[in-house]
Amino acid sequence: MKYWILKHRFLLMRRMTQLGILALYIAGNSYGFHLLMGNLSSSLVMKHIPLADPFAVLQIFAAGTILGLDVLIGAIIVVIFYLIVGGRAFCSWVCPMNMVTDMANWTRKVLYLEKIERKVWLGRNVRYWVLGLSLILSALSGVAAFEMVSPISMLHRGIIFGMGMGFAAVLCIFLFDLFAVKNGWCGHICPLGGFYALLGRMSMIRVKHNQASCTLCMKCKDICPEKQVLSIIGKESGAIVSGECTNCGRCIEVCEDDALAFGVRNYISSASEK
Amino acid sequence: MSNLESKKIVISERRKFLSLMAQSVGLSALGGMVWTGYLQEAKSAPLILRPPGARAESEFIRMCIKCGQCVSACPYNTLSLAKPGDHKPMGTPFYIPRQMPCYMCTDIPCVPVCPTGALDKKSVSSQIEGVETLDITKAKMGLAVVDTESCIAFWGIQCDACYRACPVMDSAIKLEYRRNPRTGKHAFLIPIVNSETCTGCGLCERACVTEKAAIHVLPLELAKGSIGGHYIRGWDKADEKRLEGISTDVTTHTKRSEKSATDYLNSGEEMFK
Ligand code: SF4
Ligand code: SF4
Ligand code: SF4
Ligand code: SF4
Ligand code: SF4
Repeated sequence: MKYWILKHRFLLMRRMTQLGILALYIAGNSYGFHLLMGNLSSSLVMKHIPLADPFAVLQIFAAGTILGLDVLIGAIIVVIFYLIVGGRAFCSWVCPMNMVTDMANWTRKVLYLEKIERKVWLGRNVRYWVLGLSLILSALSGVAAFEMVSPISMLHRGIIFGMGMGFAAVLCIFLFDLFAVKNGWCGHICPLGGFYALLGRMSMIRVKHNQASCTLCMKCKDICPEKQVLSIIGKESGAIVSGECTNCGRCIEVCEDDALAFGVRNYISSASEK
Repeated sequence: MSNLESKKIVISERRKFLSLMAQSVGLSALGGMVWTGYLQEAKSAPLILRPPGARAESEFIRMCIKCGQCVSACPYNTLSLAKPGDHKPMGTPFYIPRQMPCYMCTDIPCVPVCPTGALDKKSVSSQIEGVETLDITKAKMGLAVVDTESCIAFWGIQCDACYRACPVMDSAIKLEYRRNPRTGKHAFLIPIVNSETCTGCGLCERACVTEKAAIHVLPLELAKGSIGGHYIRGWDKADEKRLEGISTDVTTHTKRSEKSATDYLNSGEEMFK
């Protein structure tokens, strides 16, 4: 049991933060416990500190509006935060959709769907195209385009303010990830993940690899939702610099040989590394 | 593909990259088309009532970040965020008066919490002794409209439920007394809405006794007409002033009208020679 917890420590911590944040929102909006108000699009911490989804703000900007100072400050706080903890830390530690897609992934494993996997026809870069398209369509249509269709917003807004037919969209994502493409939504399409991946290219806290201890068991590549980021495994020591790494820490947990750990990126040498 | 392979044609990295690019462009175009179609549909939901202080719909829908802070601030649970299936622009706040009207809180808690300014504090404030003070009576969420066919006051039944429910009583709705020729000795008490003071709160709609409300709040753009600049109230001195300095020359000057009509008509003589 103790071993199990050790082997899933980051997973457990992630689920706790993900659920904890949702619980705080629900408490804030429905039960008058005002630590956290609003939702993941924009919120107010302790009644004073604004937070805002920088990607939503960017879309609104593309649609032709520069929002008030509160929201801008909120977005900047969020950007700075993720520049420190790792861009896609949002994905694995905050975004509720992560629980849905992880569940799809887990079901995949249990049902041995892996074994009959067809060739993946969806590129990992599609998310950046969707990201670009969101901004272009925002500019053309005068509304934040991705926000109008975002299943992520439907999910967190739904959990906090009432779901309606939103569960259908979430179910679609689940089934897509389960049957169509492994990590299809989060690993290929989601433009919010793409946005944070771009931010993550410069972020400070990274997974670091120590090649000397690596026994090439490849358990990390097996568990990682973004395998392509682990290209240095067994080849060289250093930080996983790709922004697409979600800092979920699964690779660290499964590694039996202490070859992976969270660390602070050394900007100067990592620049020469790459 | 197999054809290519059998001939052992090597596809260069550059070519691969370019065709991948082209593929992505194609897919984006297709996706973009469907997406745009949906956005246009979703944007045009004219039958929607917004919280007090909301900017004009096109601007509101652009600015609102869908955080729901206005929704949580409302003590009456008037507002909700549009869910998929509500057929309203996704995630934006609205209210349905017959279910829960806006109670016109004097401190308007829903407006100052809006982080984006989609709800404009200025539009629901007035200057009182030089200080900007929140003033809910300035709200323009919509306009109440009476369906005279189904309002029982027009049958001669004394109702005045909407009149008494209205927070801007005797101003937003006035009762007009008219003789009831059917009985000869009673009066109609007819509710008449004044668009200048009606805020669109919907308390009247909620109070209306008929099965489906005979008075209902419509968004302003839908409820109101517009006269245009052509009509002038001749009996109103101020309105009449608009005529000052306007030229009274009504002739249209074109190339043809430079000559007088007779000249113009006679000028065709050469044709008959
Ligand atoms: S990729 Fe998108 S949906 Fe997935 S966890 Fe990240 S933000 Fe959420
Ligand atoms: S490299 Fe490790 S931390 Fe990054 S996404 Fe993969 S498993 Fe998670
Ligand atoms: S004015 Fe009061 S009742 Fe009306 S929407 Fe705002 S908070 Fe709710
Ligand atoms: S508080 Fe403002 S931005 Fe947030 S949902 Fe309400 S109107 Fe939209
Ligand atoms: S909506 Fe009805 S109750 Fe509200 S101000 Fe207008 S007339 Fe009065």
